Parts: sequence; structure tokens; C-alpha cells
Amino acid sequence: MPDNQVATQDLKHHFADLEHQKATSTFGMWIFLITEIMFFGGAFAAYLVYRLYYFNAWVAGSQTMEIKLGAINTVVLICSSLTMVLSVHFAKLGKRKLTAICLLLTLLLGCTFLGVKAVEYHGHWMHHEVPGPNFHFEHEGNYDPHQVMIFFSLYFAMTGLHALHMIIGAGLLIWLLIFNARGRFTPEYNTPVEMVGLYWHFVDLVWIYLFPLLYLISHSHNG
Amino acid sequence: METISHTSQAKPNYLNADYGLKSWLLTTDHKRIGILYLISISVFFVLGGFFAMLIRLELLTPAGDLVLADTYNKLFTMHGVVMIFLFLLPAIPSVFGNFLVPMMVGAKDLAFPKLNLASWYIFMIGAGFIMYSVITGGLDTGWTFYTPYSTTYSNSNVVAAALGVFITGFSSIFTGLNIIVTVHRMRAPGLTWRRLPLFIWAHYATSVIMVLGTPVLAVTIVLVALERLFHFGIFDARYGGDPLLFQHLFWFYSHPAVYIMILPAMGVISECIACFSRKRVFGYDFVAMSSIAIAVLGFLVWAHHMYVAGISTYAALIFSLLTFFVAIPSAVKVFNWTATLYKGSITFETPMLYVFAFIGLFTIGGLTGVFLAAVGIDLHVTDTYFVVAHFHYVMVGGTVTAFLAALHFWWPKMTGKMYPENFSKASALLVFIGFNLTFFPQFLLGYLGMPRRYHAYPAEFQVLNVLSTAGASILAVGFLMPMIYLAWSLQYGKDAGDNPWHAAGLEWKTSSPPPTFNFDETPTVTWEAYNYDEIDAPGGPTHNKGVEVAG
Amino acid sequence: MSSHAHHPTVKTFVAVWIALLVLTAVTVYVATLDLGPLNPIVALTIATVKALLVLLFFMELRYSTALTKVGVTAAIFFLLILIWLTLSDYLTRGWSSYIHPFH
Ligand SMILES: [Cu+2]
Repeated sequence: MPDNQVATQDLKHHFADLEHQKATSTFGMWIFLITEIMFFGGAFAAYLVYRLYYFNAWVAGSQTMEIKLGAINTVVLICSSLTMVLSVHFAKLGKRKLTAICLLLTLLLGCTFLGVKAVEYHGHWMHHEVPGPNFHFEHEGNYDPHQVMIFFSLYFAMTGLHALHMIIGAGLLIWLLIFNARGRFTPEYNTPVEMVGLYWHFVDLVWIYLFPLLYLISHSHNG
Repeated sequence: METISHTSQAKPNYLNADYGLKSWLLTTDHKRIGILYLISISVFFVLGGFFAMLIRLELLTPAGDLVLADTYNKLFTMHGVVMIFLFLLPAIPSVFGNFLVPMMVGAKDLAFPKLNLASWYIFMIGAGFIMYSVITGGLDTGWTFYTPYSTTYSNSNVVAAALGVFITGFSSIFTGLNIIVTVHRMRAPGLTWRRLPLFIWAHYATSVIMVLGTPVLAVTIVLVALERLFHFGIFDARYGGDPLLFQHLFWFYSHPAVYIMILPAMGVISECIACFSRKRVFGYDFVAMSSIAIAVLGFLVWAHHMYVAGISTYAALIFSLLTFFVAIPSAVKVFNWTATLYKGSITFETPMLYVFAFIGLFTIGGLTGVFLAAVGIDLHVTDTYFVVAHFHYVMVGGTVTAFLAALHFWWPKMTGKMYPENFSKASALLVFIGFNLTFFPQFLLGYLGMPRRYHAYPAEFQVLNVLSTAGASILAVGFLMPMIYLAWSLQYGKDAGDNPWHAAGLEWKTSSPPPTFNFDETPTVTWEAYNYDEIDAPGGPTHNKGVEVAG
Repeated sequence: MSSHAHHPTVKTFVAVWIALLVLTAVTVYVATLDLGPLNPIVALTIATVKALLVLLFFMELRYSTALTKVGVTAAIFFLLILIWLTLSDYLTRGWSSYIHPFH
């Protein structure tokens, strides 16, 4: 199919040209990411309020986190961001195979992240650290275990919402892989790859803050 | 004009472009989606009104004799939830915003037509969850879902209703996103920001609030659901959680949400008042900027809902001061509308009657809001009928009145038909009288100390309550009449012509009803907004005012 | 497309990736030292640098329109308002004679 025909097929009737359409989609995606900033922002605000009020409980809760697993997951996500950005790059150049490889790597890294997260969740479950009637927490320190439960509530809420975003992202990657295999992306039209890329990086960005807040900042605090 | 309007009837338009239920349910035409919203929210308005009727009937007598206290709790909750989330929030932006924003900016459609259709489906799915909660025993938390009652103690179906609110929130987000992107990216050539109708400025500001505020409500609802389902303890004082944190997060959205309801209404008023005064809106720049100012300042005042809840005195004072500030841009609008009337050639068509009602009622609603912003007065009247009267003056006297103004102003554009003017004027009068009779006594009741949300009250409050219930029945007639004569006009109404009001604005430059892609040719704008002096000038498009065509 | 010339190359992406990995190593190492109140400050500063790297290069905000930049800034601004005004209540509750709900 000649290029100009592909272009007409991809252009929606109410846009002047593909450039206009793409810039509009990108702007729309950024607005959506702005709503995501506010969405996670509400949870971060709750985290901050309780950290200020229940500092000792926060230290106690945070020191039970597996820093090693958190760090591994951070590295995994950063690598997935690189493969994602490369798949966008190759899609723009029209290199279908390289795009597919990078998308697949991103998907695998995303699943790795979720796997490690599941291992961590399992550990919390075994140690009765899941909030609710069966919550039980006994470590050294001067704090109220109830307040540690609030730490874990926010930990599960924030990492859970983050994981949910990862799962949605994985679904989007599969969708891209199918479309890429069908040859839908060309140097002229690759907006979906770019949009999913923006989404994926945003999810990475949330984790960049979750990791220090939940695992690191109270790690070496004593007493 | 007459000849043009006759030929335009034969023209293909968005209504006769395609037939059948499928052509409506799968449409991506912003005008058809606007109509889908109009039908849905009308149904919810009737449902919410039905709950209101039962509330007013119970309050006719001091004793709690019609319904049980529990049932009454559910009635006012479901009235609030249905009216706010399923009627007021989408009323103007999703119906008229959808229908008019692309036309007013000279575009063929919104930036993302499929997302627009998806947003209607999301709305209906969310509404389905809320209806499920209503049917399976109702909801009794109040529309505010306050913790710990909603998370721990309520026996009603909180999770389904909360999920419904969460889902309709995304519909709101996507509508806002679509409007923002459309205004930025889809304007016709020559249509600069300062040439935009004030309706567009108002909707732009509204959309900013939708996009920034709604997600915070969404995450708050997630936390409430987690707490109710798994006993997370974030808002539960038994574990050291703070119920006030819920209120902070909830009102961070829900105070600005008041502006989601009133800002688009203000946009409607600006359009109508310019048209029926035949003048450019006085102080265009100030009115436009006051919309943006309201959107920004609206985010700084939320804790005025929490003065008696236990927040610190110092925070209360800061929020009180900030709330006084947010009254300024609203006042700027009211003064500018009034100044627009000065030396205008005012005519009194139905939309204009609603405009006058709006200005009066919104001013009362807004000024009593300033009373409530003062901590001292608020301590006295918190949770009394004074507050109920205040927000009904803003929400019904403001938003619903403007919604009716919009409906009567753009009905000829949407359907190509004219409604019977004598009936519409009569119903406008009934709405105004009925509304004041319903809600003014509630100011007095509140000031005398009658608390809200009780199904029984001391006998000395009865006279005012009877007045209120009587007013409510007049109001109901006033609301039902338009439904009847507007439906009648679809079949029997006179052809309206393309521009019965000789109004400025791009939406009037296309045929009525408009063709599927709005304009046969993308317009190029060379004139300022509200150029009524040019329209009415000798040799301009018309020398006359719209009366004789409308009559 | 004319805008191609401004877009980052694979080299830039790899450089940013290495920077992100190095910063992760640094922040994990710093967490093992007891710096008192400096721990959260250092960790969040590093996180913000990492976030900026992702935003500016991977998400190409650096090459985006001014409008997009204004939008992102506005979101961060309103998020700070949420946090700041909420804290204006929590941090001043102890100042008043009300009975403190948290003690
Ligand atoms: Cu408010």
C-alpha cells in the first residue's frame, strides 16, 4: 500500500492532517496523565499526614520492607522504561521487528516486576502484615501497632493501585504487539505506541517515588 | 431569513442522517451524544425529584408519620446522590457543552469523538451501579459518604453506590479532557482566545476542575471501599485513623465540584444576556478571567465545610479568608451582567426570563455563602436548613435555572423547532415563584435552628414547612410543563429557522438542526464575540430584534 | 516530519538509563547510612532528579510544547496545594485549646 493511502486511512475526518491529529492525541494523553498525578497525589497526601503524626510506627513498618526486592524492582522498571522508549523510537523509524522485540522485552520486564511484587505480598501475608482483623505486628520500638497497620494499609493501597496500572499497561502492550504484527504502525502513523509509552513511563515515575517513601527513608533510623 | 429556513429543512442534518436505535447508540457525533445525555439526565432529574417530593411530604407535618427515620435517611441521601452525580454535574457540560463547544469553536466534532461516546457509556454504567444500590435497599450515608459511618456502621449498600460515583467520575474526567483539548487544538481559523464566546471560557474552566479535582475523589472512594471491605483503618479512629482526612480529600474535590455545576451555568447566562440585550457582554476580559479565577481559587477553600468537624482554629481562619476571596470573581460576573443590561435593547423571551431569575437567585445563594464562610455565623447555622436553602439557591436557583435557559435558548438549534412561547413563559414564572416559596422559608427555618436531615421537627416550625412543601408542588408543575411542551414541539412546533434570536456565535451560522459535521465549510472568523452592534446595524444581517420571528 | 531533528537519539536514551541506574544505586546506599533528618531529604531529591530525567527525556517533555509543560506544572502546583492546605490543618491542631484527636 502506498504511503499516502495509509495516511488517509489513519486520518480521522475532523483533523486537518496527521501532524495535527498526532499533536492533539499527545496533548490529550498528557491531560490524562495530569489526572493520574492527582489520583496518586491524594494517596501521597494521606501518606504524608500519617507519617508526620505516627513517625515511630512509620519507621517500624518501613524497616520490615525488603529493600533488596524493592531495589531489584526499581532496576527492572527502569530497564523496562528504556525498552519502551526504544520501541517508540523503532516504531517511528518503521522497523517492525525491532519494535516487536522491544515491546516484548518491556512486557516481560513488566511481568517480572509484578512477579517480584507478588513475592513481597506473599511475605507480608505470611507475617500477618496485611491490614484487617488478622493484622499482627510485633517488633522492637516505641509505637502503637494499630498505627503500623495504617502504614501497611497505605502501602497496600499505593502499591496495589500502582500494580493495577502495571497490569493495564501490560494489556496495552499486548494490544500494541498485535497491531504491530499486523503492520499497522508506519513512520507516519505510530501514535498508539507513543501514547502507551507515555503511560508506561508515568507508571515508572510513580514507582520512583514509592520506592524511597516506603522502603528507604526510614531504613537506617534508630529509636 | 424565512426562505433560508424553509430550504434548510430539506437539508440533511444530524437527526435525519441516519435512523434506528443502533445509529444513536453507536454514534460518535457530539450532537447526538449530547442528546443521549439530555435524555439520561432528564430521567434522573425526575427520579431525584420524586425523592424530593417524598421528603417534602414527610415534612408537611411535625411528626414523623409518612416514612420511618431510616427510610427518610435513605430518601435525602438518594435525592442528593442522584441529583448531584447524575443530574447537576453532567447537566450543562455534558449536554450543552457536548452539543455546542465544537460548533462554537467552528470544529467538526470534539477532539476525541470515540472517547466522548465512551464517556456516555461510562456514565450509564456508573449510574447503573448507583441505581443498583437504590434498588437493593437504598443508601443512607448522605451524599457525602462521611466516614466512619459509611465505612463501618451503615448497613446500606455503600460499596455499589461509591463504585457508581467512582465510575461516573471518569465520565466527567473524559468530558473535561475532550473539552480542554478541543478548545486548544480545534478552533477555526481566526478564532483567537479573545474572540471565544464566554460559554467556551466557562466550559474550559469547568474542564480544568474536572481534570484536576475528580481524580482525588476517585482515590478517596477507593480508600473508603478498601476500608469497608477489608477494614484497612485509614479513616477509622479505633486504629488511629482520622475521619477528618476523608473530609479533607472529599471536599478537595467536592467544593470545586460546586463550580463544575455553576461555571457552565454562568457561561449560559453570558450568551443569553448578550443576545437579549443586543449588546456585547460588558467587560468581556474580566468575565472570561473570572471563570479561570473561580477554577483556581475554588481549590483553596474546601475546609469551610469542616469548621465544626474539629479542624484547627487556625486552619479554619485561613480557609474562611480564602473563601471570602472566591466570592470576588463571582461578584465580578454578576456586576458585569448587570452592566450589560444598561442601555441594552432588552426583550423578554423565555431564556431571558430564566436569566433574570438566575441573577437574582444566584446572588442570594452566593451572598448567603459568604455568611457561611464566616466561622462565627457558620458555627450557628451549620447543619441547619440555612445551609440547605443556601446550596439550593445556588444549585437549583443557579444551575437548574441556567439549564432551563440553555434548553429554551438552544432548543430551536437542536431540533429546528420552536416551542409555544406563552406556555414557556408561564412555566418560567411558576419555576421562579415555586422555587422561592420552597426555599426562602428554609433560610428562616435554619436561622431559627431547625436541623437538616431529620424526619420530625417541633411544631413551631410547621407553618414555614407547609409553605415550603406548597412551593415545591408549584415548582414541580413548573418543571413538568417544559417536558410536555418541548416534547409537543418536536411534532407540532413551528419551524424555528436557522437563527430565530438573531444571535451572534458560530453555532447560529449553520442550519437548524445542524448537519452531521456542523458546517458545510470550516468558517473563518473575522469578527469579535457578541458583535451585536454589527448584526443590528442598518445594512447588517438584521435591523430587527428576534421577537417577531419567535412569536 | 520536521520535528524529528530535535528528538533524542538512542545514545541519549542509554545515557539516561545509565544515570537512572546509578542514581538508584546511590539512593539505596545512602539509605543504609543514618543521616538523621537528611535521609528523607537526600532520598526525595534523588527521586526528583530521576523523575525529571524520565519526564524530560523518556517522556520527551523537553521537546514538547509550552502548553504541555504548563499543564504538568499546574498539576504539580495543585497537588502541592492539596498537601499544603491539608497540612495547614494537621500541623496547627496542637496550637489550639481543642482536645487533640491524636493524643
Ligand atoms: Cu464549599
